[in-house]
Amino acid sequence: MKYYIYCLIAMALASYLPRVIPLLFFRKQIKSRFIKSFLFYIPYAVLTAVTFPAIFYCTGNIHTAVIGTAIALLLSYFKVNMALVALICVAVVFGLGFII
Amino acid sequence: MKKLFSFKNGVQDGLPICFAYFAVSFAFGILVTSNGLSILLATVISGTNLTSAGQFEGVMLIFASSSVVVLFFTVLLINSRYLLMSLTLSQYFSENLSTGKRLIMSFFITDEIFAVANSRKNGLCFKYFMGLSITPYFGWTIGTLLGGLCGNVLPETVQTAMNIALYCMFIAIIIPPAKKSLPITITILISLFLSCCFYYIPYIKALHEGLKFMIVAIVASAVCSLLFPLKEDEIKEGESV
Repeated sequence: MKYYIYCLIAMALASYLPRVIPLLFFRKQIKSRFIKSFLFYIPYAVLTAVTFPAIFYCTGNIHTAVIGTAIALLLSYFKVNMALVALICVAVVFGLGFII
Repeated sequence: MKKLFSFKNGVQDGLPICFAYFAVSFAFGILVTSNGLSILLATVISGTNLTSAGQFEGVMLIFASSSVVVLFFTVLLINSRYLLMSLTLSQYFSENLSTGKRLIMSFFITDEIFAVANSRKNGLCFKYFMGLSITPYFGWTIGTLLGGLCGNVLPETVQTAMNIALYCMFIAIIIPPAKKSLPITITILISLFLSCCFYYIPYIKALHEGLKFMIVAIVASAVCSLLFPLKEDEIKEGESV
């Protein structure tokens, strides 16, 4: 029981600390043009790294995953709402799962 | 004076995240309880962590009775990308944002909430951010609880199909701005290339996932910042969904 409580605390801290430290201590606007640019590009870089290539293996069937990804890219290109993109892709992957 | 987004705007933007989180955390609840741990533990982990990769890896270590120190540093490593997100967010808020508000809102920084908040940076404020976070938080926690309670009620085919939902949301978030900006497109392509290298190339693919995310993101952004430093007006302007 005690072990689980320690685990809980460890996990909660490990999740909270990286989120809180920068926001708490970086209050001033950063002046450096390089760092400003860096922070502008960071969201796209992180989200891409998280998504690819993991997305191809997330459904347990690379064929359905690749088709799902292609549809997501296409719909996003035409600025379809993100909830709708997710929903359509889940439906497609689910449907294709029976065929492929 | 720029117009700030309201709490209600935030709730509207948060709902799709809420549904996707529900699906993923449902799977988390099943995973934890089917390995013999309590539903309470699963729910409290979700309520205090609010992160997918970190939690999944964390409970795997708990199943293996790993040491608390190893657990702490492993989860910390996976979550290290939040350092970058938190730092980015810090620049969108006024210097005067209170410490209390900073302590509260930072708890809710996740990949998805950050991604949406970033796309609304022109009118981002504390109220909007909390509206954005509130439904995903409950979706995540309640999803875990119900997953633990119901067990495998969903056929496995539905469950695996749902895995793609969050990734598709990320794609839907990064593609529209990329269409308008060549530097963003190049950032994405560099990150894609590096991420694949770290995934497939022997030896370096053995690196820890959390570390890979950090290296890839930092290198891709740094390269693009050198190649395409923002002009003054671009810094203020930003992108919107």
